[in-house]
Amino acid sequence: MKNKTAFIQGNEVCARAAIYAGVGFFAGYPITPSTEIAEFMARELPKRQGTFIQMEDEISSLCAVIGASLTGCKAMTATSGPGFSLMQEALGYAVMAEIPCVIVDVQRGGPSTGLPTHVMQGDVCQARWGIHGDHAIVAMTASGNQELFKITVDAFNIAETYRTPVILLLDIPSEGEIEVVERLRTAVKQGVDFHPYLPREDGRLPMSDFGGVHRYNVTGLFHDMWGFPSDDPQVVHGLLRHLADKINNNVDNIARFKEYYLDDADLVLVSYGSSARSALHLVESRRRRGEKYGLLELQTLWPFPHSIVREKCANARYVAVVEMNLGQITKEVKEAVDRPERVYLLNRIDGVYITPTDIRNMLRVIQGRGV
Amino acid sequence: MAYDDYIRKRFFPHIWCPGCGHGIVLNALTRSLDSLGFDKNEMVMVSGIGCSARISGYVDLHSMHTIHGRALAFATGIKLSRPELKLIVPMGDGDALAIGGNHFIHAARRNIDITAIVINNRIYGMTGGQYSPLSGVGVRATTAPYSNIDPAFDVVEMATAAGATFVARTTTYHVREMSKFFQKAILHKGFSVVEVLSQCPTNFGRRNKAGDAVHMMESYKNGTVVAGSADDVPGSGKIRRGVFVEKTAPEYCDEYARIIRVARKGA
Ligand SMILES: Cc1ncc(C[n+]2csc(CCOP(=O)(O)OP(=O)(O)O)c2C)c(N)n1
Ligand code: SF4
Repeated sequence: MKNKTAFIQGNEVCARAAIYAGVGFFAGYPITPSTEIAEFMARELPKRQGTFIQMEDEISSLCAVIGASLTGCKAMTATSGPGFSLMQEALGYAVMAEIPCVIVDVQRGGPSTGLPTHVMQGDVCQARWGIHGDHAIVAMTASGNQELFKITVDAFNIAETYRTPVILLLDIPSEGEIEVVERLRTAVKQGVDFHPYLPREDGRLPMSDFGGVHRYNVTGLFHDMWGFPSDDPQVVHGLLRHLADKINNNVDNIARFKEYYLDDADLVLVSYGSSARSALHLVESRRRRGEKYGLLELQTLWPFPHSIVREKCANARYVAVVEMNLGQITKEVKEAVDRPERVYLLNRIDGVYITPTDIRNMLRVIQGRGV
Repeated sequence: MAYDDYIRKRFFPHIWCPGCGHGIVLNALTRSLDSLGFDKNEMVMVSGIGCSARISGYVDLHSMHTIHGRALAFATGIKLSRPELKLIVPMGDGDALAIGGNHFIHAARRNIDITAIVINNRIYGMTGGQYSPLSGVGVRATTAPYSNIDPAFDVVEMATAAGATFVARTTTYHVREMSKFFQKAILHKGFSVVEVLSQCPTNFGRRNKAGDAVHMMESYKNGTVVAGSADDVPGSGKIRRGVFVEKTAPEYCDEYARIIRVARKGA
């Protein structure tokens, strides 16, 4: 099966990149099409003094990852739709307690057990709003293996920098010097009061590892600067603002995207993941015929880079979003641009990769040229 | 009725590998259903996800293929709202005791009248051979490439401790015994567990030098002993087969019916 090979390659690239980024702990539960990441970690982590454990389910997997991260090591898990659904409660906990970690969701067709070995991009909105309560979240993706390596390292870097879980949404399973960031640790010495939940002015929150000299409380309840539960309206308000602002004020720092031929593009395709590859293919063949097509490939999906999308699409006559779902990103693009009536959705939702021909045919309809 | 009246042939060929034990379990199950002779409309089969869980699709009963690990929870809902139905829940070892371990314990604790069949091939077959909580120390799996350090559960002891009122173990070599145990379990009022040791030649056998399906079944013949028989001596190193628990205790749906009576008296 062709899809399967692609998955395996992408999974291995992602796993290698995680090792490169310094992952020290992996907990997971087998699920197609993500299992190769776990199998890779089971082989490679113990060789590097790292730890692999297969847990009893995905709930416990993400819980173990969060625990490991608190002791100071970079930690991750990998799963697919059904497992990602089970992780939502612990994911919310990681947001609230500000625990860096990376969750890879190799998307399958869904909902439910769905299409285990076929591709879709159906979990985009779940990544944004799967957990209850207001929050900010980071979700990233890539369209090819080389990009995936870099984006995986970036996912760890952003997790560590902003003390947040980062979701890596893969659908293909997809060099140079890539910078690896370590988390910010507190400089407060032993014996001096350490406020584990008092952010710096720039919103960043230095961390003290469990097992270190500062003992403090971590909770999924709203909490004060000591990490003690609080329902003081001012504390609740301040914490929720902090959790959202630390991500939303850094949209430009977190945004990763690529652009192709956008300068004079009359028709801008917006895409991500594997569908961006088909989009690029089409753009390049149309350019050879002198047609002014361009592509904006998004690699960070959440926080959605509204201003970047707005700017890149400003002069286009048509904006067409290519995705393999019912328009989860199209909605955001419409919100980002002015004249949203020029935004169209080009999609496939049957578990089959969208091809350049599919895109071309749908574009002809939009442009009133017939298929 | 003939036993193949319980099979949905239009779903064949089945998905299992040649030599897989799941087909033998299906066979024993349909034979016991045939002997019991219940109305098919009174029987519900609920399963989770896994190679073993596909059994539910092949039997001509009310059947529900649910989500991984949660079959007993779905079955609890069905049984409680229609207690007159007979519920059979076939599960793989991972489905039943890893992701589904919590539901397993609590269904046993409630002693709800459901028949749980744990088809124990000591591996995750469907996802390609990762270790399960029943693999045991020393086994090789794709996620235990250097050999497994996770100790295994004993399903019989677990089920007993959790409160199941019928607990038995057999193997795919002992088909007649299996069929007999299934009948007893289905007739038993309360939570019944039948563990069936079963071979996964594809993902357990090959990786663990256990040989092909025939070798694996021979090891069930030679490596097990009937509990309470003359050969059942301590230290024999053999796995014990038989019925280990068969007792009566208040059944959950009956108890709930009593609650309804109490509540209505007050009304
Ligand atoms: C929430 C969730 N996590 C993981 C999976 C992937 N998955 C499908 S079947 C299975 C395990 C199968 O092993 P077992 O239950 O022992 O049955 P067998 O296939 O060996 O018969 C797993 C992990 C899933 N479907 N849903
Ligand atoms: S993988 Fe194993 S359990 Fe699944 S059908 Fe094949 S032999 Fe049976």
